[in-house]
Amino acid sequence: MIHFVLLISRQGKVRLTKWYSPYTQKERTKVIRELSGMILTRGPKLCNFVEWRGYKVVYKRYASLYFCMCIDQDDNELEVLEIIHHFVEILDRYFGSVCELDLIFNFHKAYYILDEILIAGELQESSKKTVARLVAAQDSLVEAAKEEASSISNIIAQATK
Amino acid sequence: MAVVPSLMDSLFQRSIDDVIKGLRLCPPGTESIFISKSLDEIRREIKSTDPQTKATALHKLTYLHSLHSAEMSWAAFHSVELSSSAAHSYKRVAFLSASLSFNPSTTQVILLLTHQLRKDLSSANPHDVSLALSTLSAICNPDLARDLTPDVFALLASGKPFVRKKAIAAVLRVFEQYPDAVRVCFKRVVENLESDDMGILSAVVGLFCELTEKEPRSYLPLAPEFYKILVDCRNNWVLIKVIKIFAKLAPLEPRLGKRVVEPICDHMARTGAKSLAFECVRMIVTSLSEYDSAVKLAVAKLREFLLEDDPNLKYLGLQGLTIVSKTNMWAVLENKELVVKALSDVDVNIKVEALRLVMCMVSEDNVMEISRILISQALKSDPEFCNEILGHVLLTCSRNFYEVVFDFDWYVSFLGEMARIPHCRKGNEIENQLVDIGMRVKDARVQLVHIARELVIDPALLGNSFIHGVLGAAAWVSGEYIELSRNPFEIMEALLQPRTSLLTPSVRAVYIQSAFKVLTFCLSLYLKLSVDTVASQLLSDTELDNGNGNVVVASSSMHRFTKESFVNLMNLVETNLGPLAGSNEVEVQERASNVLGLIKLIKLIVFGSEGDNVKGEVEASEMVKLIFDAFSEDLGPVSVNAQERVPIPDGLVLKENLGDLDDICGGDTEFSLPSSFSIVKLQKMDAAGTSDCTSKEESETLTESTSLLAEHRKRHGLYYLSSENAGTVSNDYPPAIDPKDKDADEAEDLARLTEESLVIKKKPNQARIRPVVVKLDDGEGFNVSAKKREVEGGDLISGAVQEVLLGNEATATSSSSRKRESSKKSRERNKQQHGHGKERKSQSTGKDKEHDGQGQREKPKRKSRQRGDGGALPAQSSVIPDFLL
Repeated sequence: MIHFVLLISRQGKVRLTKWYSPYTQKERTKVIRELSGMILTRGPKLCNFVEWRGYKVVYKRYASLYFCMCIDQDDNELEVLEIIHHFVEILDRYFGSVCELDLIFNFHKAYYILDEILIAGELQESSKKTVARLVAAQDSLVEAAKEEASSISNIIAQATK
Repeated sequence: MAVVPSLMDSLFQRSIDDVIKGLRLCPPGTESIFISKSLDEIRREIKSTDPQTKATALHKLTYLHSLHSAEMSWAAFHSVELSSSAAHSYKRVAFLSASLSFNPSTTQVILLLTHQLRKDLSSANPHDVSLALSTLSAICNPDLARDLTPDVFALLASGKPFVRKKAIAAVLRVFEQYPDAVRVCFKRVVENLESDDMGILSAVVGLFCELTEKEPRSYLPLAPEFYKILVDCRNNWVLIKVIKIFAKLAPLEPRLGKRVVEPICDHMARTGAKSLAFECVRMIVTSLSEYDSAVKLAVAKLREFLLEDDPNLKYLGLQGLTIVSKTNMWAVLENKELVVKALSDVDVNIKVEALRLVMCMVSEDNVMEISRILISQALKSDPEFCNEILGHVLLTCSRNFYEVVFDFDWYVSFLGEMARIPHCRKGNEIENQLVDIGMRVKDARVQLVHIARELVIDPALLGNSFIHGVLGAAAWVSGEYIELSRNPFEIMEALLQPRTSLLTPSVRAVYIQSAFKVLTFCLSLYLKLSVDTVASQLLSDTELDNGNGNVVVASSSMHRFTKESFVNLMNLVETNLGPLAGSNEVEVQERASNVLGLIKLIKLIVFGSEGDNVKGEVEASEMVKLIFDAFSEDLGPVSVNAQERVPIPDGLVLKENLGDLDDICGGDTEFSLPSSFSIVKLQKMDAAGTSDCTSKEESETLTESTSLLAEHRKRHGLYYLSSENAGTVSNDYPPAIDPKDKDADEAEDLARLTEESLVIKKKPNQARIRPVVVKLDDGEGFNVSAKKREVEGGDLISGAVQEVLLGNEATATSSSSRKRESSKKSRERNKQQHGHGKERKSQSTGKDKEHDGQGQREKPKRKSRQRGDGGALPAQSSVIPDFLL
């Protein structure tokens, strides 16, 4: 299974963390530090796998972002690379040629999309179309609620309560 | 003060974008100030009754938590609160924050979520359901799992595929936390194996992949379903998972391997996806290694990988070869040149993988050649990889008591060579092996002493702090086996050379102790020589038990042992060690004082009194003989577990409170030297029954060293135990090094060990070329219990699974075994026969108990069929579906 997903920028800034195995806050910080030290220093044209504490971390760089996933020793590295690519393609489709800024300002959306792809550290949806459809449906739900909440009458109602 | 935010606060609340922008505009270094300021705002805003304000606050907090590691456990309750909001948008924020920040085992408020989760799991809005399932999978703990099992069970048959697949994925966490859920949900999960929806199939196969990982045997009965997926499915990701499942199942049931080998080879040949191809290869080489044709195909595929330019494939190719090497060595040898080429790849991960592979190839015949290649590679490499190579070489050669090493003379010189490699950081390992070989392999000692001499004598090496350990080992070897040395004087000079001041104190102490041994050896030779001429009968049998060929080597140099050269030697020692008697380091100071004391004594007896020269020499030679005998005793290797075997003495209470420390400190009166301060080896001499006079003289030699201590003691009496106490303690303490002391109970085990090793050593097998390596008989089986514990978690689940799949043996004891057999069979049939799928679906809507009942009722119908199949299988294999036979 996938133990965690990390998105780290080339400068070492964390853009997304999702943990599927229990790690304390302290461990999380340590893991991020260790892995960014290991991965960001690796040059291009090297293999996309690093061994780390008995696990394997599969990473791939897209533009300025490193997508990392930590898996068990006998999991399939190439499959995980494909999953990463799958994730990136879905992000790309959702944001319309995604860039780092999209993820910075819409970090929650990245989480929602990831939740549609992985659950409990397992791949759950291999169809890009389905994921896009689901996320769009959720968004429209949210939009409807937002409009209602931000209407002036609502605010006045709140204030005069 | 808890201030409820006003309207203004709500209106002018900073949005998440404001926070992110603000953080980005922060000058570097001031982020933490900005974050703590934002946290203060959030703390205020989050208390708002307005859900919008609250949600925004929680959203910001989630951002700071997940990306800037801000603490947010204090806000757990607010997440719970907001999750009860009817609006999906707020719920989404609340559940996202919960799944990112809650810790299943420490967050208390999780239990407050139970009700809300249950409500959402049965909500009419499928998006609420899916949100609740994602959250449950992230924060599931035993209580949640237990309480929500019925709801998850209902969702396993949901009409909406995207809900059902999430329920399947989440059920894994429920099983893990609450194994009893298996009894309720398992049948429904199994039914989903026949789903046409790729999402559902992928989820359920993923679930089984995780479950079989832990305890494969329970899932053997499901093999037909998996097989069907393996043959029919065209989705690579699902296939990879199914192949993983078979990789676990095939070793348990040989007939299964025969059945799946063909489709897997087909997939491997057909597919264009490297991930699937590699999974097939891995499956074949791990679980189907006895099918030669399949392995050949797999190895051909691996070779393709190795020849590709893609570093990923190269890496995986090497990894695949590593797995094959355990069963089919030829595969590695066939690709030898590719592997060696990979040793000089640009990618260090590939290099390490290649190195591991090379180490797999090592055998008695090629160890020298491979080591040669690797060392030349190490010299060319960067320091890091160089040490990686050295580490692997050292590990492989020492594996299983130097199993692969035939020529120890070569290996010992090789160790010396490795220590001299400029980047070498493996000093510790080399040090251990040098000493270890010295103790274990008698025949290697001559060469060992030779190598040790080269190391000790080279002043340049002393400057490299990384090999101080190695030098310590070399010094120890030189001292311990000094009788094998050609020139003890030279060794002594090397041990005392001025640059030894660069050594760390602990290593320096070893140097001094070795010098002590060398000195004793020279003394004994000199005195024997001179006494022999006068009173040969006195000492005629001194050297007999030591009389190997070794003495002959030494005796050639004995002619140089004139009185003059001897005095020079002692003066040399005295001038070099003199200053060390005042060293700050206890070990160094004490050992130096010992040596100086001995010299003083010898000078007094032998050269001091002019008149009675001969008598003095006899007396001295007796004394030196005792010391020398103590040193010339062979030290055997000590087992790792030796310490554990020493029983705790009766009177010793280890956990006693040190409350009466004051009493002990008060009784600081007298200080008797011999009992509290004597080196163990000297103590042993006492035990051997020396004359009183010698031991008294020995203790005199120690006065100098101890006087300083005594003074220190006087000043800081508080930190010393009282002398009587110290005396009794030191007597009770097991004299670990003295194997002769059989009276002491606690030492017996150790003694037996040592003796055993000595016995083995005494009969070296001359017929074999390979020198005898002493091994201790105890295995290192101390990891067994830890491993067992690991399995337990999975056991609970698999126990329940077995119950569901096979019917529990324990509960069914009342019914006849035959009946049980047939019920098992019927259930398998139930699953195999796809024609009955509809029937089963109708059952599944009912309660689980009914389900079971129906299974029983169906039995008679199936029985005849089962007989037709010839069910004369042993009870164990009855789990294997008939169609595989």
